[in-house]
Amino acid sequence: MAAGPMKMRATLGQGFTDVRVLMTHPMETGQRKDSDGKLVPLHFIQNLTVKVNGKPVVEAQISQAVSRNPVFSFRLKGGAKGDKIEVSWLDNHGDTNSTEAAVA
Amino acid sequence: MRRIVFGAALAVGCTAACAAQAQDSAKEIQRYRQMIAEGSPAELFELEGEALWKKTQGPKNVSLEKCDLGRGPGVLKGAYARLPRYFKDADRVMDLETRLLYCMTTLQGRSREEATKRVFGTADRPSEMESLSAYIAAQSRGMKLDPGMSQPKEKESYALGRALYFHRAGSWDFSCASCHGEEGKRIRMQDLPVLYKPQAARPVVATWPAYRVSNSQFKTMQWRLNDCYRQMRTPEPNFGSETTVALIHFMTVTARGETYRGPGNKR
Repeated sequence: MAAGPMKMRATLGQGFTDVRVLMTHPMETGQRKDSDGKLVPLHFIQNLTVKVNGKPVVEAQISQAVSRNPVFSFRLKGGAKGDKIEVSWLDNHGDTNSTEAAVA
Repeated sequence: MRRIVFGAALAVGCTAACAAQAQDSAKEIQRYRQMIAEGSPAELFELEGEALWKKTQGPKNVSLEKCDLGRGPGVLKGAYARLPRYFKDADRVMDLETRLLYCMTTLQGRSREEATKRVFGTADRPSEMESLSAYIAAQSRGMKLDPGMSQPKEKESYALGRALYFHRAGSWDFSCASCHGEEGKRIRMQDLPVLYKPQAARPVVATWPAYRVSNSQFKTMQWRLNDCYRQMRTPEPNFGSETTVALIHFMTVTARGETYRGPGNKR
């Protein structure tokens, strides 16, 4: 499955940077049944990495308990206008997607 | 014995406490809505819709970029806020989705049958119409709703929509007003807005189409009406029919002047 779009916003505050990233993902729990009564196999984002100017700052391991089309929002210490923030994910099928944005 | 006394005290105290509790849950729902609005997945549908708007399709292999939504071919800014309106080329009043369908059949040369085969998508596979609605509606954010109301056909459509709102039909003899006709009614925690009154119609029309958090789908206005008719147990209305367009037109005219702030989020 081709990974759907991602969208990120990074805004500078007083001594911190607020990052909010939206991603398209089915996040299947492995417990849902389709219309034929068959289990829909597990399909979820396992790892989420946030890099600031190429340096990893967040390494998250998440589970199927997170909703479909998740949104992640976090606050980073410091930051400056124009810093490049890159967010990427890896799911249990080995699919990945990433997006980057400059702090505004 | 002590337990019984305690129970009685609870029952007495309920009137005040329960009212406070109801108010608390309303406040909590408000807070929850605020939270989902801040990172709305509706934006993902906007991105998808933009790609679809530009994608060449159909026998003529052209994109929708030349589609005239009322502000000139390809003009999206503020187009949604002025719909539904009368279109001379089609000689009828159209809402956004009906107009898109018109462009798909005329510009792209697709058959109505093919273009409406899957207008309402699923969480796994959203429909073309849903993503396009998200993209186009978003281009009217911050603008005042100003649907067409000057042409004779527009007045006709408004009058038809108003009549349909109160028209009881189907096996349950329901009209829109059966549920949306009295103040203060709700289904579970969902308030039922009295949509023929401007103060109730305004916040509703200003936030549709919308992302539905409970089923992870983007829902359009045509879907909303289609589903209302399903709940009323009437035969399924045709996509973009005079009925659905007239009702959308009626509600939008009722909400006239409100600033559009969609695509919204629904529970």
